[in-house]
Amino acid sequence: MKFKVNNSEVYASTGGRPFDKKKPLIIFVHGSGLTHMTWVLQTRYFAFHGYNSLAVDLPGHGLSGGESLKSIEEMADWVSAVIDAVGHKEASLVGHSQGCLVTVECTSRYPDKIKTLSLMGGAGAIPMNPQLLSLAENNDPKAVDLMMDWAHGPAGHFGGHPVPGLYHINTGTMLAKSRTIQNTLGVDFRACDNYKNGFEAAKKIKCPTLSILATDDKMCPVKEGKKLASLIDGSQVDIIDNCGHMMLLEEADRVLTVLKKFITSNYPPLSS
Amino acid sequence: MSDKKKELKPNTYKFDTLSLHAGYQPHKNAGSRQVPIYQTTSYLFDDVDHAAALFNLERGGHIYSRISNPTVGVLEERVASLEGGTAALATSSGMSAIFLAVMTLCEAGDHLVVSSQLYGGTVNLFRLTLPKFGIKCTFVKPRDTEGFKKAIQKNTKGIFGELVGNPGNEIMNMPEIAKIAHEAGIPLMVDATYQTPYLCKPFEHGADIVIHSLTKWMAGHGSSMAGILVEGGKFDWMQNDKFPTMTKPYEGYHGLSFAEEFGPTAFTMKARAEGMRDFGPCLSPQNAWNVLQGIETLSVRMKKHCSNAEEMVKYLMSHESVAWVSHPSVPDHPDHELAKKLLPNGRGSMIAFGIKGGKEAGVAFINNVKLASHLANVGDTRTLVIHPASGTHSQMDEATLKFAGLSHDMIRLSVGIEDIDDIKNDFEVGFRAARKPRLVSNQ
Repeated sequence: MKFKVNNSEVYASTGGRPFDKKKPLIIFVHGSGLTHMTWVLQTRYFAFHGYNSLAVDLPGHGLSGGESLKSIEEMADWVSAVIDAVGHKEASLVGHSQGCLVTVECTSRYPDKIKTLSLMGGAGAIPMNPQLLSLAENNDPKAVDLMMDWAHGPAGHFGGHPVPGLYHINTGTMLAKSRTIQNTLGVDFRACDNYKNGFEAAKKIKCPTLSILATDDKMCPVKEGKKLASLIDGSQVDIIDNCGHMMLLEEADRVLTVLKKFITSNYPPLSS
Repeated sequence: MSDKKKELKPNTYKFDTLSLHAGYQPHKNAGSRQVPIYQTTSYLFDDVDHAAALFNLERGGHIYSRISNPTVGVLEERVASLEGGTAALATSSGMSAIFLAVMTLCEAGDHLVVSSQLYGGTVNLFRLTLPKFGIKCTFVKPRDTEGFKKAIQKNTKGIFGELVGNPGNEIMNMPEIAKIAHEAGIPLMVDATYQTPYLCKPFEHGADIVIHSLTKWMAGHGSSMAGILVEGGKFDWMQNDKFPTMTKPYEGYHGLSFAEEFGPTAFTMKARAEGMRDFGPCLSPQNAWNVLQGIETLSVRMKKHCSNAEEMVKYLMSHESVAWVSHPSVPDHPDHELAKKLLPNGRGSMIAFGIKGGKEAGVAFINNVKLASHLANVGDTRTLVIHPASGTHSQMDEATLKFAGLSHDMIRLSVGIEDIDDIKNDFEVGFRAARKPRLVSNQ
């Protein structure tokens, strides 16, 4: 569906179901340089099981208009504005990678609005490798190739996608190259590198929180994810073996099972 | 510490490694080092919720082997990885892959622009069969790049061609024709069977959908029929209103929009969800496994195929019984320079040549070679020959044969990986017979 936030058009996948204001809202926030499509193996399930499932394209990404937002704080405010724009008062947030920084900051800023928080491959800070940052800011496609290499664990490099016939790394590469690299990945990487408030923001979070981490995640290692989770009261942690940073694709079924259990028990669907 | 920073390089696996490993994780398959053959029709559901989620594309997995199968899935991922594509869908043959691609793209009333130099069966599909479904085609000679532009109509949904035409070895100017297609907002579909991804990756030259008859060099051993379509993932289906079945809610899946939901894999998802469900040209797991065995040695075999082919080109060009030789490695081949650009790892192992003495000499040659097999296939490890005008393209009338660039003296040669001297010696026997057809013919 399309709607406007701050006078700019926003695209969000509804997981194949029409938006229904009566249903509780889950917002999925993608990682650096990516789009709503990274969530396809999670969003459709929730959309067909009593939720409004909104996998947003951040401004300047995917099918959304406008320019990429330059800071994690701006993105956090933007996610709050999305909740308002679609006529809801509250939501459950799910973030991946950079999306974790955004949703942590959003939850700390708008505690009354956010009912549950699910973090995948999250950390309190994501400092960028200077060379990678420079490549992305200079529109070099090598930045995408490096990101896809590091984002997939050893098993993910071989493939074995849960959806028959899809090849992880090439699909991710195509998503990240779908818009101008320096305007998406470059801006996002700089925003991640600049963001320093993650640990302080985490201390303010009171809603039920889940962290899904992966043993082979080179971009946000388990140690960093646990550190963030330890600052959030009552935070649950689930660790996936033999999986890299792109857990939502590499181990899509496992992620969905964990997510389903957590969200439905803490933020129940509209029963049919 | 040194001030020199180490340059970052992606460590994603390269072609030869992907040929052996892509699409498969042993630890998820009882540690089996070899890809298992899942000889089954169907797959257990965990519960009713799980079944509903699979049917509704809410989660990945297998339901029924007409739609997908784990062994076939490994093959699909492997070919997608080798081509640099986002996704692939394997079928029972190359022809079914072409048909599925067209039916995923087109509806009744649509039009395609098609290269005229194609395998005879493909010509008949576009010329005679697709019009029965309301899909019309305009044929353009492969070297007539501007002709492709002129043939595009308002209802044109794509351009299709064989990168190197069968059997005349005319090469489409793929980068230029891709530009023409993209300016018109339509995809370029390329049959790259003759090349395999070892010789050419069409996505790097602008193609949007790549099709293979895997039966040929990819499987390589003449044992198994299979086809595949591969998606490049760059084509924007939402750029215009030409592809409503990709961009509008689809009744068959609760209002799903394939382009919105699946983006760079939308075409494959639709081809599988709709095409495999409704037409059912599925690949058997045993044949998928056989093709996987072939792909494991693809680069090794292709090097030998190409080096043998270049030796045969030299031999044929200097032979007294040969009137002409067509192969992109020949300097005076009209597409020699284009071939260097598009086929940097080798120009392929298909040779067309004209035999002095015309049809009668051609028949004598075919009937007298012993090592080379006379049959209707290409891309076997063994050397194959056929006389197209009386074989693969025999269902064409004179005018169509001429338009497709075929002549009665043409022999189509698929060079195998035998010892090159043995192939040449065999051909000497054939040529001797061709020079005295009535005395030596074994008919």
